[in-house]
Amino acid sequence: MSLIAHTLEQAGTPTLVLGAALDILEAGNPPRAAFVDYPLGHSSGRPHDPADQYAVVKAALTGFASIAKPGTILRLPNRWDASEAWKATAMTGSGGDTRQPRDTTPQYQFPEDRLAAEAAAR
Amino acid sequence: MGGPVAYIEAITERYRRLGYEPYRWYRREAPPEWTPVKKPLSQGRLGVLSTAGGYVRGQVAFHYKDDTSLRAVAKATPRGEIRFAHLTENYLVDPRQDPDCILPLAPLRRLAAEGAIGELADPVLSCMGGIYSQRRVREELIPAVAGHFAAAKIDLALLIPM
Repeated sequence: MSLIAHTLEQAGTPTLVLGAALDILEAGNPPRAAFVDYPLGHSSGRPHDPADQYAVVKAALTGFASIAKPGTILRLPNRWDASEAWKATAMTGSGGDTRQPRDTTPQYQFPEDRLAAEAAAR
Repeated sequence: MGGPVAYIEAITERYRRLGYEPYRWYRREAPPEWTPVKKPLSQGRLGVLSTAGGYVRGQVAFHYKDDTSLRAVAKATPRGEIRFAHLTENYLVDPRQDPDCILPLAPLRRLAAEGAIGELADPVLSCMGGIYSQRRVREELIPAVAGHFAAAKIDLALLIPM
């Protein structure tokens, strides 16, 4: 995503990246970023928590006005929960990255989605 | 407890153990590119790109081998019509129940209605991250994103990786 950010900036569009993986953000060194310390898959807030999602997105977007130094990463204050036990499983356990096989067949979430896409194509 | 998760280290080790080919995250050693904000968010048109593999029911889903295609997600799309397909499906458990935790259409619509965002560009763009070929990102994905954003005459871009 940072590669996209650099290219858009070079072409004249200010960007802001909102992500949940600090080390990946740091590696990409995007012009403006906001980091929320949530498990991957939750870059814009906790599920079923519209107030938290709104707060995360709103706080991140303040970076357009507040970030003056290229490469700044805002650290949002949100905490997933008090224990932050998810971090242990994100590193080693079942919460970790378990990649799917790589092939070129569309991977529909529901079988019914395939029928809907085929109907739309007709 | 502890600081942020070291994903690059953890995922690199996991892939090595499982015998997957290594994934190379993009690294930028040079200073960032930089364009100053000319139009404040409250007066500008905001383009949005998500890389979580979101698609709308009726669209073709992403495939898992360097799919560089884009989906246009109308900003008014009801949450029940949004689906996800991403190489790392393990991160999609919650987004498939509540898309707004990764593709925040509802929060963005609210911020636009309140005036914090001048205008939310329509549609929002969606692609699938986890593309192994940076060449294909540069040659296929980025020109498509830039073209859509240019046509939409956006002033600022919010990019949301998964």
